[in-house]
Amino acid sequence: MKTKERIIEWVLLLCAGVSILTTAGILWVLISESSVFFSRVPITQFLFDKQWTPLFDDKHFGIMSLVAGTMLTSFIAVGVALPIGLTIAVYLNEYAPKSFRKTIKPVLEILAAIPTVVYGFFALMVVTPFLQGIFPQMGGFNALSPGIVMGIMIIPMISSLSEDALYAVPTSLREASYGIGASRFQTSFRVLVPAASSGIIVSVILAISRAIGETMIVAIAAGQQPRLTFNPFVPVETITTYIVQVSLGDVVQGSLEYQTIFAAGIALFVLTFILNNISFYIKKKFQEKYE
Amino acid sequence: MSRRFDGNRIKDKVFQWFGIACTLFGLLMLAVFLISVLKEGIPRLNAQFFTSLPSRKPEEAGILIPLFGTIWIMVLTSLVAIPLGVASGIYLEEYGKKNRLAALIEINITNLAGVPSIIYGLLALEIFVRILGLGKSLLAGSLTLALLILPIIIVATREALKAVPKTIREASYALGATKWQTTWFQVLPASSGGIVTGVILAISRAIGETAPLIVIGAMLYITTIPSSPMDDFSVLPIQIFNWLSRPQKGFIINATAAIIVLLAITFILNGIAIYLRNRWQKKVKW
Repeated sequence: MKTKERIIEWVLLLCAGVSILTTAGILWVLISESSVFFSRVPITQFLFDKQWTPLFDDKHFGIMSLVAGTMLTSFIAVGVALPIGLTIAVYLNEYAPKSFRKTIKPVLEILAAIPTVVYGFFALMVVTPFLQGIFPQMGGFNALSPGIVMGIMIIPMISSLSEDALYAVPTSLREASYGIGASRFQTSFRVLVPAASSGIIVSVILAISRAIGETMIVAIAAGQQPRLTFNPFVPVETITTYIVQVSLGDVVQGSLEYQTIFAAGIALFVLTFILNNISFYIKKKFQEKYE
Repeated sequence: MSRRFDGNRIKDKVFQWFGIACTLFGLLMLAVFLISVLKEGIPRLNAQFFTSLPSRKPEEAGILIPLFGTIWIMVLTSLVAIPLGVASGIYLEEYGKKNRLAALIEINITNLAGVPSIIYGLLALEIFVRILGLGKSLLAGSLTLALLILPIIIVATREALKAVPKTIREASYALGATKWQTTWFQVLPASSGGIVTGVILAISRAIGETAPLIVIGAMLYITTIPSSPMDDFSVLPIQIFNWLSRPQKGFIINATAAIIVLLAITFILNGIAIYLRNRWQKKVKW
């Protein structure tokens, strides 16, 4: 009996160990492949060159143009999702009747359940033509449309995480505010939002991280032209799109082009890893404050 | 004094309407989107579309092969991810609560949940496709997606186990049951509703994934239905992506029709999950 129990515990531990192996695998793959890349391309060129043209004859490996495309689409997404998501959170938390809140939350979560390739279609076929009606100079591929659509996709993420944060503010603060005659609006924005600010910041950081790693929407609607620009009307290329672009073509394994996707991957991994860990750190401090 | 008071009331009302507007904005976008897809795609959803192989002519092309691919992927990914994920969840919640290894695994899982899906594709390209020699097979794709959804299943399992009150475990121990007997016969059945919900949501996520499968090289154009886990494959999202990148109008219509099929599967899975969650929450009152 006792040996059987021990064996079961070991088996369970082994299963849990798979996640450690996954992380180790990701790090090993990214580091080993990109170290070959960096032995052929100096890291200074990778970080500071203004062009990214690994698939052309005149090769440049400046990751900044991909980072710029990634940041541009991500910031547009958060620019859409933050005001709307936060407003929804405040509204559902302070204003909405309980029954409305209960029905609307699962419906909003549908937005997060839709496959991203479907959002890509939405960006390319619905939002871009609509925006071209307003901004005639806009290209068929651009950063604005996929950015907005990504924003719609991450609204539920910001609204539900922010709502949790608002909900966690002690009732005494809320009551004190109402007690001195503040309106719901004043209570929400002068008491609750500042008190929940760390939780809201966490939601925004996680949303940025999600947008940076998002692939299909930008691959379908943002185009494949790496450029160092913050103009939302022209085609750009994100880090993730570049990886897709190379994967779709016939790139020989072990070639420099093949290694570029791992170098791009490590840049993406580092960006999201930093953001995720900042959010864990803030979350941990925030929990200590109230418990 | 009274004017200031009125100003606040107006602000309050205005914000209330703005809040409603923002909440409805999301729903409105969803509606616009669904209507635009349904309008284009529904006429294309005939028997031919479900039973045809890929073709250069949009009106002759169909989703038979990616549909089978998606079903294969769903089954294989579940077979790998469910036992691994539930077992990991049980270990972390029931067994390794205090040790350092469990703490390390926990931080690890939180981090993995934030890794972009395309990175899993790079991992799989090197390890499954090249080193293990699985090629661009269904098995390689399923293992990739299994790793991707593992954190979701683990977190859901832990939440469900956490909701089971201590008294159940203590009663079981008092009757002389071992730890595993307690877990298997008492705790796991009591938490099954939550676990199943999490698993279904995770699988729904897996079948909508495109990027990691593109990276491992899932084929855009194959002409035989996969019959074993070692066969090449395509899935619905990849087919949609492929059709979207073609210039002809006919392929765009095909893409919308395939989107309807993919959305139907996603919504059915999510609907089942929400239904089970509500039923479980109602039934279980400790």
